[in-house]
Amino acid sequence: MEFIDYYKILELDKSADINAIKKAYRKLARKLHPDLNPNDSQAKAKFQQINEANEVLSDPEKRKKYDKYGKDWKHADEFEKGGYQRSPYENNSGGRQERKSNTGGFGGFEGGDFSDFFGSMFGGQGGGQRSGKVKYRGEDFNAELKLDLKDVFTTHQQTLSVNNKSIRLTIPAGVENGQTIKIPGHGNVGANAGPNGDLYITFLISNHTKFKREGNDLFSTVEMDLFTAVLGGDITIDTFDGKVKLSIKAETQNGAKVKLKGKGFPVYKKEGIYGDLYITWQIKTPVNLSEKEKELFIELSKLNKDGK
Amino acid sequence: MENEKLIPVDQFCKHYNIEFSFINTLTEFGLIQITRIEEIPCIPYDQIKDLEKLIRLHYDLEINVEGIDAISHLLNRVDQLQMEMKLLKNRLRLYENEE
Repeated sequence: MEFIDYYKILELDKSADINAIKKAYRKLARKLHPDLNPNDSQAKAKFQQINEANEVLSDPEKRKKYDKYGKDWKHADEFEKGGYQRSPYENNSGGRQERKSNTGGFGGFEGGDFSDFFGSMFGGQGGGQRSGKVKYRGEDFNAELKLDLKDVFTTHQQTLSVNNKSIRLTIPAGVENGQTIKIPGHGNVGANAGPNGDLYITFLISNHTKFKREGNDLFSTVEMDLFTAVLGGDITIDTFDGKVKLSIKAETQNGAKVKLKGKGFPVYKKEGIYGDLYITWQIKTPVNLSEKEKELFIELSKLNKDGK
Repeated sequence: MENEKLIPVDQFCKHYNIEFSFINTLTEFGLIQITRIEEIPCIPYDQIKDLEKLIRLHYDLEINVEGIDAISHLLNRVDQLQMEMKLLKNRLRLYENEE
C-alpha cells in the first residue's frame, strides 16, 4: 500500500492547530469538491483523501491515535488495553522503540483504506451548520463500458457488475462514443434513509471496422477499377450489415461520393430509422500492363491530346 | 405540470434543515424555479438534484449565493465545452487510423 500522510494531504505541518486544519480543509474542499469538478475522477479521489485526512486530524482523539500509532491507529484501543505501546518506528528497525509525539514517523503507514470513511461523506454528516438527521440521496456512481462499434449496431442486453451488484442493462442501438446514460437508483445507498444515487454509464466505443462513424452516418472508401470508372457498370460493396450492388455511372471521378440513404448507423432510440452511408470512390490505376495494354493507352492518350 | 411531482418548499426546508430564505435567494438569482400551487411555493422534483448541489456548495463549502451563481454559469460552460469536445473527438476519429 502507498504511504498516505494526512498532514501532507492537507498541506499542513504536524504542529498545525485545529483552526489551521479547518482552514486547509475548506480551501482544498473548495478546489476539489466533486460538484465543482464534474467528471473529474482525479479530483474526486483527492477530495476523498482530504475528507479522510480531515476526519482524522480534526478529531483530537483520532489525531492523537494517528500521531501515536501511524498506520495502526484504528487499533489503538486494542494496543492500549493490552498495555502495548507501539510506535510507527517499530516496523523496520527491530530495535529499541521510542515515540516522540507529533514528530512524524509514519514510515510503516500503509493507508489506502479510504473507503471506511465514505459513509460519512457526500452530505452524510458533512454539513457543519446543519444539524439533525438529514436525508440525503446517495452518491452517484460513474462507470465506463467498453464496446465495439459492431455491438451497438443492434439493441442488446448486457449484464454489468457494479460494486458487486449485477445489473441487466439494455443498450439501445445507436449509442454514441462518450455518451452517458443514467440508471436511476443504482448509485450509492442514501444517507439516513434518503434515496439511492444514480448510476451513470459512459460508453467507450472502439471501431475496428472499415467504416468511419459520425453521428448516425457512416463513411467508407471503396476501390473501383479504372475500366468500371470510365465505362460504368455494376459493383458490389459492403455496407455495415451486408452487401449491396450499385450501378456505377460512366466517367466516375476519383474521390466522387455517393450517398446510400438509410444504410448508415441506427438512430439512437428511434427503431427502424438509420443514418446514411457515404461511399467515396477510390479509382485504382492499372499496374503491370501488358505491351498490348500499353499500346492501347498510348493510342488513347493520342486521341485525347487536349488532356480533357 | 399537473403530473409533475412537486414538493412544498417548507417541507423541503424542514427535511434538509435549511432556511426558507436560502431557497428564496436562489429563486431570486434564477438558480431554481419555484412553482406555486394554491399559493403554496413548491419545488419540482426534477430540480432536487441540482438544488442539493447548491445546498452543498453553500452549507458545506460556505460559498455565498453570488459565488454559487458564478459557479453555476461556469459549470454550465464547462458542461457545454465538454459536450463540444466529445463531439469534436468523435469527428476527429474520422481522420485517424484506429488500428
